[in-house]
Amino acid sequence: MRKRTFSIGGVHPDDHKIARDCAIEDLPLAPLFSVSMAQHLGAPATPAVAVGDKVKVGQVIGEPSGFISAYVHSPVSGTVKAVAPKANLLGNMVVHVDIEVEGDEWMEDIDRTGDIVREITLDREQILERIRKCGVVGLGGATFPTHVKLSPPPGKKADILILNGAECEPYLTSDYRIMLERGEEIVIGAEIMKLVLGVPRVVIGIEENKPEAIENLGKIVRSHEGIEVMALKKRYPQGGEKQLINAVTGRQVPSMALPIDAGAVVQNVGTSLAVYEAVQKNKPLIDNVLTVTGECCPRQRNLRVRVGTPLSFILEQSGGIPENAVKIISGGPMMGWAVSNIEATTVKSTSSLLCLTAEQTMRKEEGNCIRCGKCVDACPMGLEPYLLNRLARARKLDELEQNAVYDCIECGCCLYSCPAHIPLLDTIRVYKREVLGIMKSRAAAAK
Amino acid sequence: MKKLIVSPSPHIHSADSTRKIMRDVLIAMAPAFLVSVWFFGMSVIMLALVGVLACVLTEWLITKFLMKRKSTVSDLSAAVTGVLLALNLPPNSPWWLIAVGAVFSIGVVKMSFGGLGQNIFNPAIAGRVFLLISFPTLMTDWSLPDFWLRASGAGVDAVSGATPLAIVKEGLAGGMTMDEIFAANGFTYSEMLFARIGGSVGEVSAVALIIGFIYLLARKVVKPHIPLAIICTIFIFSGIFWLIDPQYYTDPVFNILTGGVLLGSFFMATDYATSPMGKTAMVIYGVGIGLITVIIRYFGSYPEGISFAILIMNSVVPLLNKYVKPRKFGR
Repeated sequence: MRKRTFSIGGVHPDDHKIARDCAIEDLPLAPLFSVSMAQHLGAPATPAVAVGDKVKVGQVIGEPSGFISAYVHSPVSGTVKAVAPKANLLGNMVVHVDIEVEGDEWMEDIDRTGDIVREITLDREQILERIRKCGVVGLGGATFPTHVKLSPPPGKKADILILNGAECEPYLTSDYRIMLERGEEIVIGAEIMKLVLGVPRVVIGIEENKPEAIENLGKIVRSHEGIEVMALKKRYPQGGEKQLINAVTGRQVPSMALPIDAGAVVQNVGTSLAVYEAVQKNKPLIDNVLTVTGECCPRQRNLRVRVGTPLSFILEQSGGIPENAVKIISGGPMMGWAVSNIEATTVKSTSSLLCLTAEQTMRKEEGNCIRCGKCVDACPMGLEPYLLNRLARARKLDELEQNAVYDCIECGCCLYSCPAHIPLLDTIRVYKREVLGIMKSRAAAAK
Repeated sequence: MKKLIVSPSPHIHSADSTRKIMRDVLIAMAPAFLVSVWFFGMSVIMLALVGVLACVLTEWLITKFLMKRKSTVSDLSAAVTGVLLALNLPPNSPWWLIAVGAVFSIGVVKMSFGGLGQNIFNPAIAGRVFLLISFPTLMTDWSLPDFWLRASGAGVDAVSGATPLAIVKEGLAGGMTMDEIFAANGFTYSEMLFARIGGSVGEVSAVALIIGFIYLLARKVVKPHIPLAIICTIFIFSGIFWLIDPQYYTDPVFNILTGGVLLGSFFMATDYATSPMGKTAMVIYGVGIGLITVIIRYFGSYPEGISFAILIMNSVVPLLNKYVKPRKFGR
């Protein structure tokens, strides 16, 4: 059978999944944790503790400050040492709660046993409340609060839930590992979200370069009606929401619209696991699995890390920063962020620490555009990156808008494939923001 | 403390580069070139060498002294133009002819527009047409090089190596029918396919050109859209005429195998800078080249027409890029 994939563009970077066979290990606790209040998309949480307070694992330390916002819980037990702005891993100043670790004392109502709870006893409202209270956010990258995503606006209805197990970024293996090791919990998480959304069908989309994950989940879903595993052709950016919906259902989310407009809700497999833990075990989202990887790294690891662990601690525990590493990336090499500050700490969605050498990551000198059209072929949104770049450099904002610069998903396929090494996405990204800003204020003025 | 680099994503890049692409084009032209060397000998090597040297030198001088920029010759695009120009000339051309063509191709057609990727017309084709108009006798002198004569020990008969298209045009003008022309000249398709049809350096063997093109396809340097559109259009459009009067109009297969259609559609119509980017636009572009080629061949004064057809369609490319857009996601 021909495997499905999305219909436009895409590239095929090498896999580099060198950490794929490393089982998930628990990272020891660092002496000091620093938990960001901006763990999610939307408004940062408001600190709910003060300096000197004693906290337990799972205790609320940050409260949502709006509809699109989420609870933040203490990942450790100990004493609050500071509540103050601090640079996060991107270098942005965000309020952090610093906690000095003392022991490992958990809130009593958290089920810490390894038993898998299969029966879903809560109703829809209770489930949503539990997900909200446990601070579950999307772990695929955008960190959108999950309870919001599971509550479609009135009048809109999903008919399919898609679990994103594509993990199309090179190097990353954390989703792969949880699909192997926590498969049943992921599927129960899917069952819970299926119930909440009231959809008849759940599809777990996995790229074909992970046959063991496809097999494992395939076996598990056999006893779950309405849930299926779909093997997808390997192609980046398959894990992009719009691309995944397209690959699985053939539908295209309209420009400027949300997945729900195409009748679909997409959740990452990691999010599904977090939903399971929240609903069935009453465990807030205080840890996640991340990959420490890179050819230059002394050890490849998949680690379960508590939120707020210093990056430097993770790297030290894994053999230190490699001598020849010039860049550390949080996330994948295509869409991840270069870390500017290794004293910063992890957040709920930190999926990897990837070390790259100069040879692997240094950009080459920009040449003339040879108009080969490779960027046009690569763009999964059907845009013309060479043109957008040219218009951006000439600051032609109106023409940028006419050429749908706002549709850009910043996947990096254009820059990746450009043989002339033109920094296409760099310029497009800057002017996309500007155009979006103008469109927003125009819409506001029209009201 | 260790210094880390911070830059926006993506953090990796494909192994592709302009230089690698140009190198692939050079490799793809090798089969046709080697077959030509086999038939015409050293004179062809001399032509290519002078062509490449003149192109590279012209570009180097212009970047260094006129544009005052870093030299771009290492991207190999000038070398590609040099070899392409050699493939487009009669095998017996004097060395200075290709040198003049090279200076025009690079100096006027390519660099004056800003260099690689900025030119509107394909440098090699424009160079060839420039030479054809400026030196019509030399450019249609299909006599075989001395080497060939000596090696084959052939008599006076072999000296005329006029192109099949020119022979047909002349024959028709002289009132002959197609059957008579074919019989008188002993044209066979196997000859056209495999080797030794009279013509420019690059078109002696269709098979060698096809092998080169398959290499380009396999390396994903070009897409098949443009050449297929050209060849299909020529086949269908000339086929219609041929069905009307097979004694006056050449048949479709003959039209595809002669007159540089394969060389032009594989290696020159697919030139990145001077062909459209979108697939639909590519097909329109190819159909245009095919139609114009057939019209020039049947009704124009030149026996072959693909060079002019490509140049004419080159000028339409900016328009095609502007109005024939790829389909966007979600609309």
